Amino acid sequence: MAGGACDNARPVDPQRKRKIRLVVALSVAVLLAAALVYTSFSAASEAKEPSQLIGAAPGTSYDMTGKVVPGSIRHHGEGLRFRVVDRDGGGPTLPVTYSGTVPDPFRGGREIVLTGEVAHGVFVGEPDTLVTKCPSKFTTSNDS
Amino acid sequence: MTASFGSAVLALAFATMVFAAATALIGRKGDERWVLASRRAVYAACGLLTLCVVLIEIAFASDDFSFNIVQQHSSIETPAFYKLAAMWSSQEGSLLLWAWVLSIASSLALYATRNRLREIVPYATAVMAGIAAFFTGLMLFAGGVNPFALSPAPVPLDGIGLNPLLQHPSMMIHPPMLYSGYVAFTIPFAFAIGALITRRLDASWIRATRRFALIAWAFLGFGLLLGARWSYTELGWGGYWAWDPVENAALMPWLIGTAFLHSVMVQEKRGMLRVWNACLIVATFSLALLGTFLVRSGVLQSIHAFGNSTVGPYILGLIAVVLIGSTALIVSRLDDLRSEKRIDSLASRESVFIVNNLLLVALCATIFWGTFFPLISELFTGTKSSLAAPWFDRYTTPLAIGLVLFTGIGPLLAWRRVSWATAKRVFLVPAISAAAVGVVLALFTDALHKPWAFALFVFASFALVGLGQEFWRGAKARRTLKGGSMPAALIGVVSRNRRRYGGYIVHIGIAVLLIGIAASSSFQTKRDIVLRPGESAVVDGRRVTYVRPTASVDKLAFTAGAVLRVQDGGDGFNLYPTRRFYRPTGQPGGGIASYFAGESDSDIGLKAGFGGDFWTANQPNITGVQRHARAADLGFKRCVGGGPGVPPQCRAVGALMRAALANPQLRPAALAKIELLQLQTAKQIAAGYVAEGTPATFRVIVNPLVTWMWIGGLIALAGALIGLWPTRSTRRALVADSELEALKEAKYREIQDAELDHAAGKLSDEDFALLDAELRNEAVAMLDSPSR
Repeated sequence: MAGGACDNARPVDPQRKRKIRLVVALSVAVLLAAALVYTSFSAASEAKEPSQLIGAAPGTSYDMTGKVVPGSIRHHGEGLRFRVVDRDGGGPTLPVTYSGTVPDPFRGGREIVLTGEVAHGVFVGEPDTLVTKCPSKFTTSNDS
Repeated sequence: MTASFGSAVLALAFATMVFAAATALIGRKGDERWVLASRRAVYAACGLLTLCVVLIEIAFASDDFSFNIVQQHSSIETPAFYKLAAMWSSQEGSLLLWAWVLSIASSLALYATRNRLREIVPYATAVMAGIAAFFTGLMLFAGGVNPFALSPAPVPLDGIGLNPLLQHPSMMIHPPMLYSGYVAFTIPFAFAIGALITRRLDASWIRATRRFALIAWAFLGFGLLLGARWSYTELGWGGYWAWDPVENAALMPWLIGTAFLHSVMVQEKRGMLRVWNACLIVATFSLALLGTFLVRSGVLQSIHAFGNSTVGPYILGLIAVVLIGSTALIVSRLDDLRSEKRIDSLASRESVFIVNNLLLVALCATIFWGTFFPLISELFTGTKSSLAAPWFDRYTTPLAIGLVLFTGIGPLLAWRRVSWATAKRVFLVPAISAAAVGVVLALFTDALHKPWAFALFVFASFALVGLGQEFWRGAKARRTLKGGSMPAALIGVVSRNRRRYGGYIVHIGIAVLLIGIAASSSFQTKRDIVLRPGESAVVDGRRVTYVRPTASVDKLAFTAGAVLRVQDGGDGFNLYPTRRFYRPTGQPGGGIASYFAGESDSDIGLKAGFGGDFWTANQPNITGVQRHARAADLGFKRCVGGGPGVPPQCRAVGALMRAALANPQLRPAALAKIELLQLQTAKQIAAGYVAEGTPATFRVIVNPLVTWMWIGGLIALAGALIGLWPTRSTRRALVADSELEALKEAKYREIQDAELDHAAGKLSDEDFALLDAELRNEAVAMLDSPSR
């Protein structure tokens, strides 16, 4: 008896049952994927460089990526004040305030990503969102 | 001299790999001599690459700064332990590691299959040798990544040194583990390609490479765990996972690899899911390459460094070739890949495996989308937007909860079909226990405030009790058969069925690990507090007092620390979080202010416990120290510069420096004098920091149950090792003279498995009778068939 023991009558043709199952599974997958795509576009914050943020409207959250200006870091009360510049090093600098602790690799000249808003010309970073790129691993040139 | 010899050895290894690939293809129609030549060429190339690694390590150990790689990544001051690890902190060294590990894995795989799979092996050899040749060729021809490149003349006296942030014991094992994981997935991929080309699409390629897939999976997983531990203890932010692109890049092949390890069992046992398995291994290998690419490309922002380097585009090209080639191959073989069998019942282990596969693939797809979202959004909206941890958590949490449930359900079900009565019997105890755990958690803890975590705890208890029941039933069944004590029976049943029980132990580990993650992420208390010496604050019911600052200084670093007293009702304990500021290495002669021009890292103060961790990091305010250092440097300059009114000892130093400028022989003495003076001054500044009592910022984190995450990870690793360890019969299959031997061995194991399932009560009598008859028929048919 090849193929198993399904001689007893069945109400649904197994071929059809498989097809229905496939359609259901695919529709669920498509729905989930749509939710994923939709929420990702609404949840993402825009990545901007400091020069693009000067004069930006308040009330919008941005991911700022830039380079910390060497020598600009000052402790101020419970937080830090420093200035950032575009990653290529050109353009105007943007003042930043950030409260809370910073990751170990944070220092002047290093690239950071920080989420926050612009208020009165100052970029106010949200606590716990400062990401500092690790140094020199896999760099081929030593420009610092 | 050594360097040019090394370059020659590397070039020879490249040529040997190309030769191996070519001879394998010439011998593909069954000419044994060519196949033998290709296998020996792979062994030889492995030897040559080993020599390359030895040469590089000798150069590191002996401070040979004529090697550019040594000059850039090591220094005389670098501890010997880290000199050996410095190789893979460099781009070129990590490529060499890739090629070397691949050559070892390929040699092992070819040795294990030397008498088997005669049709598949030549193609698999060609794929493995081709990929090894690609990575070796990259070092030779891509430019700027030859590990044997020379430093520009004149040969420097000292190197730049290994970045202090990388000087952590994990550096010794974390990168090699991840690389070995990535690389070992090449082996099943290569054999899958061979099987597709030759249309030998039964489970033989899977049996031959399953062990490599499991090794790759275990290495990659252990590498991820070490990375998580490293970032938890070192980077000063107290997290173990940040959904950083490079972390995700290593997690994705691990997830798909997990799916692959499960679904190949379905093909082995039932001959189904052949297309799916081929797709999974292609995806796993492509994702491993993608991980290798991401670290070197600079396309995504990450805390891991990306230098824009020359090799990125080549690796991307390889990924494209792998994806397009494999897809074309799979599509052209679709007719041969159709399985002859269908799933008997939804209530069977294979259906659970399919569900778990879908969950794992969905998890990976979500992470993939989130990781590459910056590129996707730039494509559609023109701006690079990125997704943060909350987005990832929203999707990965429910999927992980689903996975942990199936981690428990899968092992309880037998293959092919499970009757309702049997299911009721095996699910009863785990379900009641899980419900009880749920009630206890709801009544006595605030777990209900976090519904996802609550669900995970309940499902994980279901899984743990179910798995415990499996061990108990297995041991009981063995005792009925063989007698003896219960512990002896337990050891007996585990050691005779290592693959099965090793897998169960992995499941236990993963369930425990997920409990640790859920508890520590959902019920964590995190505070940043600013304290002056003597002040205190209350965190999570415990009083944290900043007793006093500490500071010390040596030639390499300025260390600012704190003594924290943590009191919890009665007894308390002290923690000593410190922050170390390193001078830039490889640039002697900087002033005292140069202590704050280099890297800094945290030594956290950690009180770990089974109930939870008390984690502290210190961020001292060093503005004052820096000001003093700058003033001291200025004073020193004025002092040696001479002029009216400087003290006499200044004049002596100034005279020494001027003499050294004229006479190079005096330079070391002058430099030593200056260093001594700087060190003395820096020590005074450090003492001043302690006396001044400036406020410091402390990050305090209370992480409940986080220790179980590490314990769970280690349990899973132990399970993988048990599953890998060959039993006597698998050893026979491993060195089987022919494919038929291996097949017979596999069928014999399957019959044994069914017997165990029956004895343990997972298969009803009638189901077992049916299954046993089927299996025995298959075995007889196999013995009757002409030897292949």
